[in-house]
This record gives sequence, C-alpha cells and structure tokens, in this order.
Amino acid sequence: MSLIRKTAAELGSMIAAGEVSSVEVAEAHLDRMTEVEPKVKAFLHVDRETTIAQARAVDTRLRAGERLGPLAGVPIAHKDIFTTRDMPTTAASMILEGWRPPYDATVTKRLREAGLVILGKTNLDEFAMGSSTENSAFHTTCNPWDLTKVPGGSSGGSSAAVAAYEAPLSTGTDTGGSIRQPASVTGIVGMKPTYGGSSRYGLIAFASSLDTPGPFARTVLDAALLQEAFSGHDAMDSTSIDAPVPSVVEAARHADVAGMRIGVVKELGGDGYQPGVLARYNEAVQLLESLGAKVVEVSCPSFTTALYAYYLIAPSECSSNLARFDAMRYGLRVGDDGTRSAEEVMALTRAAGFGPEVKRRIMLGTYALSSGYYDAYYGQAQKVRTVISREFEAAYQQVDVLVSPTTPTTAFAIGERVDDPMAMYLADLCTIPSNLAGNAAISVPCGLAEEDGLPVGLQIMAPVLADDRCYRVGAAVEQALESRWGGPLLKEAPSL
Amino acid sequence: MSAITRDEVAHLARLSRLALTGDELDHYATQLDAIIEAVAKVAEVAAEDVPPSSHALPLTNVFRADEVRQSLTPELALAGAPAVEDDRFRVPRILGEEA
Repeated sequence: MSLIRKTAAELGSMIAAGEVSSVEVAEAHLDRMTEVEPKVKAFLHVDRETTIAQARAVDTRLRAGERLGPLAGVPIAHKDIFTTRDMPTTAASMILEGWRPPYDATVTKRLREAGLVILGKTNLDEFAMGSSTENSAFHTTCNPWDLTKVPGGSSGGSSAAVAAYEAPLSTGTDTGGSIRQPASVTGIVGMKPTYGGSSRYGLIAFASSLDTPGPFARTVLDAALLQEAFSGHDAMDSTSIDAPVPSVVEAARHADVAGMRIGVVKELGGDGYQPGVLARYNEAVQLLESLGAKVVEVSCPSFTTALYAYYLIAPSECSSNLARFDAMRYGLRVGDDGTRSAEEVMALTRAAGFGPEVKRRIMLGTYALSSGYYDAYYGQAQKVRTVISREFEAAYQQVDVLVSPTTPTTAFAIGERVDDPMAMYLADLCTIPSNLAGNAAISVPCGLAEEDGLPVGLQIMAPVLADDRCYRVGAAVEQALESRWGGPLLKEAPSL
Repeated sequence: MSAITRDEVAHLARLSRLALTGDELDHYATQLDAIIEAVAKVAEVAAEDVPPSSHALPLTNVFRADEVRQSLTPELALAGAPAVEDDRFRVPRILGEEA
C-alpha cells in the first residue's frame, strides 16, 4: 500500500523502525499535493524546501537515537490561523496577506517538538468565520467527495487535505463546530477537545471564550495521538486548564461501549434534518445498542436556542478581538497619504482588508454590546449559555455521553448559501451547544446518505475533561462500521 | 417593522471603524435585520434568575510570577509594521488640526 494511504500511527512506527525515512514520507505527500491540489485547493501556502528540511532534521534526530514520540516524522497540514515563524500566517484574510509572525503558536511549537513535519498552511473561512471556506479571501476549497460541494468550515482546508490523502493529519480550531462539521461532511474524524485543554496562544483570536484547537485524522486513534501531542497546560494561555490531559490514546485503543450509558438528544434531529442523515444516525444509535451500550432519550430543551445565543456571543467577542487589526503595527495599511488621520486610515484599511462575513459579525457584535441593546442581546445570550451548561450537567447525571448527528445535512453545494447568512449558520446547529458549555465532542463517519452518496457524521459529546469518552465510543463505532463496510468509509470516495 | 435601520448600520460601521459604501450599507442593513430578528429568539428562554456565563470554565485571576523574561527584539516586533521610523511604529496623525 502506498505511503499516503497509511495511518499516522503506521507511518510513525515505520519511521521509528527505520523502514522508511521522514523525507520519503514527506515527499510522497508533497507529490500527492502536486497531483490533487489543482482540484482540491486545500492549502494557502506550501513550501517544499521548508517541509523537506523539517523532515531531514527529524531523520537526523531519530538516527542520533533521540526519542521523539509516536508521530515523529509524520507530516501534518496546519490550519492557517496558528502562527508559524517560517511560513506566512493569514487567517485567510487580506488584512494579513503575507504576514510573517514573529513567534510560533504553542500548538505549532508542540507539533515541532513531537517531530511532526508541517506540509503547509490550510485554507479556512476568514478568521474562522464560516462553514464552507467560501469566506476565504483567497479561494474556496473543494470537497474531495464531490468537487462541486463545500468541504465544511471553517477548517475546510484541513478536512479536505486529510480526506484527499494529502496529509494523514491536520490541525483545526472549533469555535462553533469548525472542526466537527468539516470532518462530518468529508468523511473523516474531527475532535473538539474540552475548552482550555489545548492552548490558544498564537491562535489568531475569533471568540476567545469558545476557540479550541483540535485534531483531524482518518482514524480515531490518529486523532487521539495528535490531540495528545499538542494538548496540555500552557502558561502562555490564562484559560488553559492546569490538569493532566485525559488518556485519549488509551481510550482510542479501548473500543468497548458495553455497559456505557448513551443519551440521544431529543432536540437534535427530526424536522429540518436531511432524511439520509437521520437514517445513518439512527443506524449508528442502534449499532451502539447492539454493542452493549444502554441507550436512553434525553431532553435538553434549550439546545434549540443555542444557535441564537452563539450568534450573539461569538460576534460580540469577535468585534472586540478584531479591533487589534488597526493598520498601525502589522498587516495591511490603506490610504496613508500623509493627510488622513489614523482613524480614517484605520476605517479605510478595515473596509479594504476584511471580507463581508467578518464585517457582518463585527457590526452584529458591536450592536449586541451597545448600551440599550446589551441586556436584551448579549446579556440574555450569556444567561442562555448558563441554562445550556445546566442542561448538559443534568443530562450527564443520567448518561456518560450524548449523541446527535454532527450536522443537519451533508455537504452543500458551493455558492448555495453564500448570500444567506442564516442558512449558513444552520450548519452549526448541533455542534454549538458543546462550545457554549466547553464540553468535549467528536465527529466520526457513520456512512453515506442515500440521496446524495455523501458522508454523514455521528457526534459524540462528553463532559468537560472527559475527552477520553469521545474517543472510546468513537473507536467502537469505527471498529464496528469498518468491519461491516470491509474497510474505512473513505475507500468509497471517488479517486481524484 | 425592521429590527435595524440603515442609519443604525451606518452608526455601527462608524463605531466599528469600517468605511463602508452606500451600497454596502443597504446590503448589510437587509442581512443584519434578518440575523437580528433570528437571534432575538434568545428571549424565549426563561432566564431571569439565571446568572450570566461569560466563560465555560470557572477560572478566575490566573497569576504568574512577575519576572523579567526574554521577549521579542525590536527588530522582530517591527518586522511586520506598515511603516517604521527610528525603531518605532510610524503612524498617521492621531490629533486633529486644531490640537
């Protein structure tokens, strides 16, 4: 089997055993990128020489007898919202085009320490605001299953790169579903760790109380290995949790749900969901029951309002966070002709440098935080956030994990929702509650929808710092379904 | 009745330091109106006696020792600046003519 079809765990073992070099593995993936990137367009920045130099350095360290962990020498695609000293970092925005950050994000630093080889920076919706990559200032990424469909978003470059075998692993960030939704619509695994479980230092901020870095992979075990590699306390992030990383790798190897209590969230499903999504989801629930789990229905009535609370809280935080793009210290500056004031230059720069969705959210957040509207919008949304957290807590008194479809529909067509922001926002309906409560949640493939042949994801939600439960249930579903399908779901994807 | 008027959007754009065109104001007024109408549904959750959450974790006041540590050099800090003069960020005037 060719190197690009192997899992990250397999590649790591082969490299450690000296069966293949990191340079050879990197070259195989770079060749694949040359072949399929014109169609998929997952990356914003690729630099063959920098990649090969990183791989060569890892090979040298391994030959010198250094012990580097299970992913040493394995290539990874890195979302272009994490700062990287040796590659541009743009957040897919014109306002940061060509920017070279003066420091590495903690996640970047830990990838390097673990010996992972960064293949390039992946496309996203501008500042991670969107569900399709159509809000990228540079280009739209295509879904490898059907190039006329979106790869999800905001981390759509990362999901497409892994689904197209351009990389065995990639990083993402999940603020309202930006890892789980793209994983779901491209047929791969995507995990949002517990908020605070992975560092935000050097992650360009969108909504600071929600932003969470997490892994993409083609297998549950690979996702766990990557999460373990970059997670853990970071003194540079004051909201980082000072507690041991949950034993996610062990859980991914313990694919057993016998005796586990699984709650089906009543409010996430039914009307408005695509029939093929519900069919695959219901089968997955039955599968869990047949594997020995105790399945019960759980009601979380305020989850249906979570979407609205989120679209007040996230834009409010965004309007404040994006104030830093002021044309003074870094990034774009427009209209500085010696006569205009700083304020005028700022307004011209921001108008030229931000795309439509970013402008919409900045203004929406500014509105929600305005005196006179604050109590009715931002204040009320914060209270709804408390109610949702309480509903999760009550549910976890009865069950170990909750399940739902990851997203109400399969991948939609490029262009279909671009002029209708509310329709675009609905892609996050099922994923948002876990962001508001800070819970862990994963999406694993659970089949193809009958009507369009596109992937469907099962979402598994677990309490704060119980990330291991997501992996344990995810691994059990993966194992049972792959034995039914005779291999991974991605083997059904058309060759590019 | 619309939730937000074009004049209000123009005010928000000014507060947000976004120099928008007239066409953009029309466009955003329509879209923001639809979004605000939707998000207003947060009012449907009875939450008068519920405390607000700004955050998912019960973390407050994380401190570190007040020690001098290595930080960015002036060269690195200025490396991405749109304009530099004498090792400083050069910016447009910030005060009006009368000042």
